[in-house]
Amino acid sequence: MTRYLLRSVAPLGAERTDLLLGDGVILAVGADAREAAGRDAVVVDGDGLVALPGLVDLHTHLREPGREDTETVRSGTRAAAAGGFTAVHAMANTDPVADTAGVVEQVWRLGRDAGYADVRPVGAVTIGLAGERLAELGAMATSAARVRVFSDDGKCVWDPVLMRRALEYTRAFDGVVAQHAQEPRLTQGSQMHEGAVSAEIGLAGWPAVAEEAIIARDVLLAEHVGGRLHVQHLSTAGSVEIVRWAKARGIRVTAEATPHHLLLTDELARTYDPVFKVNPPLRTAEDVEAVRAGLADGTIDVVATDHAPHAAQDKDCEWSAAAFGMTGLETALSVVQHVMVDDGPFGWADVARVLSVTPAAIGGVTDHGRPLEAGEPASLVLVDPAARTVVDPAAQATASRNSPFAGRELPGAVRWTFLRGHATLADGVLTEADR
Amino acid sequence: MRHLLDAGDLSRDEAVGLLDVAEAMARTQSRQIKKLPALRGLTVVNLFFEDSTRTRISFEAAAKRLSADVINFSAKGSSVSKGESLKDTAQTLRAIGADAVVVRHSASGAPHRLAHAGWIDTPVVNAGDGTHQHPTQALLDAFTLRRHLADGTGDLQGRHVVLVGDVLHSRVARSNVQLLHTLGARVTLVAPPTLLPVGVEDWTCDVSFDLDTAVDGGAPAGAPDAVMMLRVQRERMTSGYFPSEREYARRYGLDRARVDRLPEHAIVMHPGPMNRGLEISAEAADSPRSTVVEQVANGVSVRMAVLYTLLAGQDPAQAAADITRTETR
Repeated sequence: MTRYLLRSVAPLGAERTDLLLGDGVILAVGADAREAAGRDAVVVDGDGLVALPGLVDLHTHLREPGREDTETVRSGTRAAAAGGFTAVHAMANTDPVADTAGVVEQVWRLGRDAGYADVRPVGAVTIGLAGERLAELGAMATSAARVRVFSDDGKCVWDPVLMRRALEYTRAFDGVVAQHAQEPRLTQGSQMHEGAVSAEIGLAGWPAVAEEAIIARDVLLAEHVGGRLHVQHLSTAGSVEIVRWAKARGIRVTAEATPHHLLLTDELARTYDPVFKVNPPLRTAEDVEAVRAGLADGTIDVVATDHAPHAAQDKDCEWSAAAFGMTGLETALSVVQHVMVDDGPFGWADVARVLSVTPAAIGGVTDHGRPLEAGEPASLVLVDPAARTVVDPAAQATASRNSPFAGRELPGAVRWTFLRGHATLADGVLTEADR
Repeated sequence: MRHLLDAGDLSRDEAVGLLDVAEAMARTQSRQIKKLPALRGLTVVNLFFEDSTRTRISFEAAAKRLSADVINFSAKGSSVSKGESLKDTAQTLRAIGADAVVVRHSASGAPHRLAHAGWIDTPVVNAGDGTHQHPTQALLDAFTLRRHLADGTGDLQGRHVVLVGDVLHSRVARSNVQLLHTLGARVTLVAPPTLLPVGVEDWTCDVSFDLDTAVDGGAPAGAPDAVMMLRVQRERMTSGYFPSEREYARRYGLDRARVDRLPEHAIVMHPGPMNRGLEISAEAADSPRSTVVEQVANGVSVRMAVLYTLLAGQDPAQAAADITRTETR
């Protein structure tokens, strides 16, 4: 196995040092690394690069099985590696739905065979995402895929009794129920955030209360039965307040925000370009500010991409006919740097916390999000914070082109990604998997 | 002016210019031979994804009186009902050689996509999109108001128009609020709170829940110069927007008694088609104050003005002068 000597990198943005990778782990740090490297180690000039533990996404749509025209496990994990991710959680809304041990094991194996990132399948909470009967959560938990995160993402577990049961039942194997908080009756036919812009441009509104009402109910249910709740793609100022309140009460709740909800607003719907159509919808500038503040003060635990690839014909149409969702794996780190580091209070240790350490902890992914120390798994990423790139969807590794950041200049570029010592991305270029 | 998508895109001078062109067009329509040669050799496509006989024939009459060739493309019985995308339909029209596309669509923003997605490069006229905009309706309403309240010239400075009904789902209301504001008029919306959009407080108008106060000229904006009734679809009742037809008619319908309390000069408008007995009583609809039929006639003149201005590629003031010259010849 190739050894890599990473020269003069800044772990978590701190003082520069050298890291020696080999045998899947970090073999040595600092002077020890230079001494132990030997002649055959590949030397990476890390001058100006920040080293972070490999990123972990709690919310990825890989679309396989079922919609291989928009993404496969292979293309999606290549996009992950290009974006600095070494582990992704693959959502269950595939065809067939990932609601059995058989499907989650298939997705897990496809990820292992592709070799670009560890794929942690998310199991459906209910059979067929239908919201009627619990899927075999225990079978998925004990399968080879070792599922810990369960979600009907795309649909809300609306029935309060079913949600209660899921929160209770998953306690047996330390699972977490990741809720897509969307009251279905309040959002029938909804197209965008309900507010001043929707009133003017005549698109049916998706009110903030439809998200907040479900989150409020769910945190109270989690408190009542002691289960573990994860709030997906939190998007409103009110949701931040509710989660802040719940955490202060000691309720076991975590929350994620997406890069697009940290940067983009509902004003973009005025273009009627469905590349900006997403669920939950882009909200107001005040909501964006509140989500940023929530991420800054720890109310929101992690950033997750909700990477949702779609076929061209499902976006090259009128708004109301278009699919919800946007790609995000290859832009997430840049958006977080832009919003939270360059224009915000975060240091690189905070970035590692919200994009690697905490998502790994929530998902029960024990060998990711680890410290950059000798003996730890060599799953890490080297970032050039000084780079600036104009986002070009055609140049991305994802099989779909629906990036809302197309044409925007964003800071930071991922140069190297290592998965257990293998370079999946080498100096900005995806490698062919050699496993 | 490249397209007409949104009444809010028009400046005051552009709007007045279009109304002036429409006046010139209207004068030509009192001649024995109504047809003008202005758009001879050009093809206008009426692309109607939603049923609307009234608006389609109005645009068709307008285009034909300007000597354009007209192709009517309606969704029913066409490839659209077989699942063809808007993009493919648009590119088919381009290949056929359309010089302008008039589009009616149930999806808000569909005309905007046609104009800006790069699928076609012809002028696009929005003939009504979803719950968004219906700019030629707003222009014909302004034209009608201007004739009755401002001697057919200039703008509507200081006039007060009350719009009543289902504002939430109304593209007519959105277009009218914007255009009337641009022309200097004051607007009051009257509706039950369930039929007003969240966010209406940012609009350039006043809002009231009480029709009687508005009719009697109470606060906020004083006596109305016109009352415009909006169509209420009966299915709104089953979705719980209001309890019953009778309750709606009692609280928000324009009946004889309310018409009689209006100032003497005030007119009664409706974009049609009317639900007699629901938002407007038969007596109100047929009263001498009603401009409903006149609005239809004005619609042809306004649409002639829009097509002429877009296709002749002129600013509205120049277009008005040109048409007036053909009159005196």
